[in-house]
Amino acid sequence: MFIIDCPWCGTRDQSEFTTHGEAHITRPEDPETLDDAEWAQYVFYRNNVKGWYRERWVHSSGCGRWFNLLRNTASDAIAASYRPEDPLPPLPEDSY
Amino acid sequence: MTRPLPRAGKKPPQKYSIFSLARQAMQGHQGWQAAWRSPEPQPEYDVIIVGGGGHGLATAYYLAKETNVGRIAVLEKGWLAGGNTARNTTIIRSNYLCDESARLYGHAHDLWEGLSQDLNYNVMFSPRGVIMLSHNVHDQQVAARHYHALNLNGIDSTLLSAEEVKEKVPLINIHGRYPVLGGLYQARAGNARHDAVAWGYARAADQMGVDIIENCPVEDFVIENGVVKGVQTPKGVIRAGKVGVVAAGHSSVLAEMAGFRMPLESVPLQAFVSEPIKPCFDTVVMSNSVHIYMSQSDKGELVIGAGSDNYVSYTQRGSFDLFDHAVQPLLELYPFVARLRMLRQWAGIVDVTRDRSPIITKTPIENLFFNCGWGTGGFKATPGSGHVFAHSIAKGEMHDIAAPFGMDRFSTGALIDEAAAAAVMH
Repeated sequence: MFIIDCPWCGTRDQSEFTTHGEAHITRPEDPETLDDAEWAQYVFYRNNVKGWYRERWVHSSGCGRWFNLLRNTASDAIAASYRPEDPLPPLPEDSY
Repeated sequence: MTRPLPRAGKKPPQKYSIFSLARQAMQGHQGWQAAWRSPEPQPEYDVIIVGGGGHGLATAYYLAKETNVGRIAVLEKGWLAGGNTARNTTIIRSNYLCDESARLYGHAHDLWEGLSQDLNYNVMFSPRGVIMLSHNVHDQQVAARHYHALNLNGIDSTLLSAEEVKEKVPLINIHGRYPVLGGLYQARAGNARHDAVAWGYARAADQMGVDIIENCPVEDFVIENGVVKGVQTPKGVIRAGKVGVVAAGHSSVLAEMAGFRMPLESVPLQAFVSEPIKPCFDTVVMSNSVHIYMSQSDKGELVIGAGSDNYVSYTQRGSFDLFDHAVQPLLELYPFVARLRMLRQWAGIVDVTRDRSPIITKTPIENLFFNCGWGTGGFKATPGSGHVFAHSIAKGEMHDIAAPFGMDRFSTGALIDEAAAAAVMH
């Protein structure tokens, strides 16, 4: 349970938001050249990191807009909240 | 420090029985052996199991009992069975929809029925029946579909009317905000004492020579030319012919050490427990569409399962809104619970696959096997999971029942889409 800073609305309770998993997974540019194993990596396989993790959230009970969080899955600490077009905020150096 | 106890090796291992209990009672219970040793690791084993929870200990037990693999060790990063084995709601059932799941969970269910005798340890398996409630027409249609599929697979199953549910569970409110229209009932299902399952497997495996090494996290794998040769731990490198990883929520972390990814996400799954009360709830009731399930432990506590969060987290804390979402229907269905205090609330980290079925598999690294992805419903499968995984490791080829659960199914498309995987939010 945590507080999320929506880049459009400001600080709200986490229960207003929905996550859709790991962020920055790019759809393959040449889908016809991919074999089954590569498709599986794109569709099903995730880094599932214990530590700093970039993930997609949507403010589903608020403005309904998408954004990204840089959150530590080992502590639920949030380092940054950024819009899809923003440059990637750097990974914090400390592990917490 | 615990005081050293007399131990097997010099004396034959104790067998638990009414006679040994009487004999010890005469001696003031001073003669009990430690249930398992706490050995230092040897430099090399034939098979190392990473993860000393229920599934890992069961794997080690069946490896020692039914195969000839040689020296076996279980490495546990914390204390024995301190992860999801200690955190689940202990429900055992096998009424799964898909044919592959029916075989796997059915195999486990068969083993549960003789487990206490097999281990010489009372795991308190209690086939008190499990009811899965229907609250709307859709639920009833799903229940009917399951009922017919289960019958085709030879799994015992009964459709109950609302009145029959009320008869079995007098304290339920069938006319509230979540009206009960009926239920799907498995009479053979029930629960068991989770700690006893782990301790029973640990003791029985130890008696057959398995080294169980606690406080020994795996920090890296020793991999030479694509073949696993051992593991790196704070107690040094331990070499191994084969390694089986049974690490639940931390499976992705271990896979990353070995250089590959898993089709998993690790999320918190919550449960909570009330103060102990007199026996009043003698079955297990689950409700898929409102994400709540409840049973009463032998101590008298009501054990209540809630949903899982949908974000990745390793914190072993659930979010408050999910707890809230569980309590609302809980009080609608069981108004008497409003007068109880809750003693504890916790979460375990469950590794969830996209098709809600487990992964029992070979990996890109030779002789390295993974058993994971049990998600929100692994406890019930403990004996079956350990059994088929042990035989897969020993043979180097996946056991017939485990074969459909390989991670290659995510490439081939042969997913086992188990909608009935658990009565919690997915």
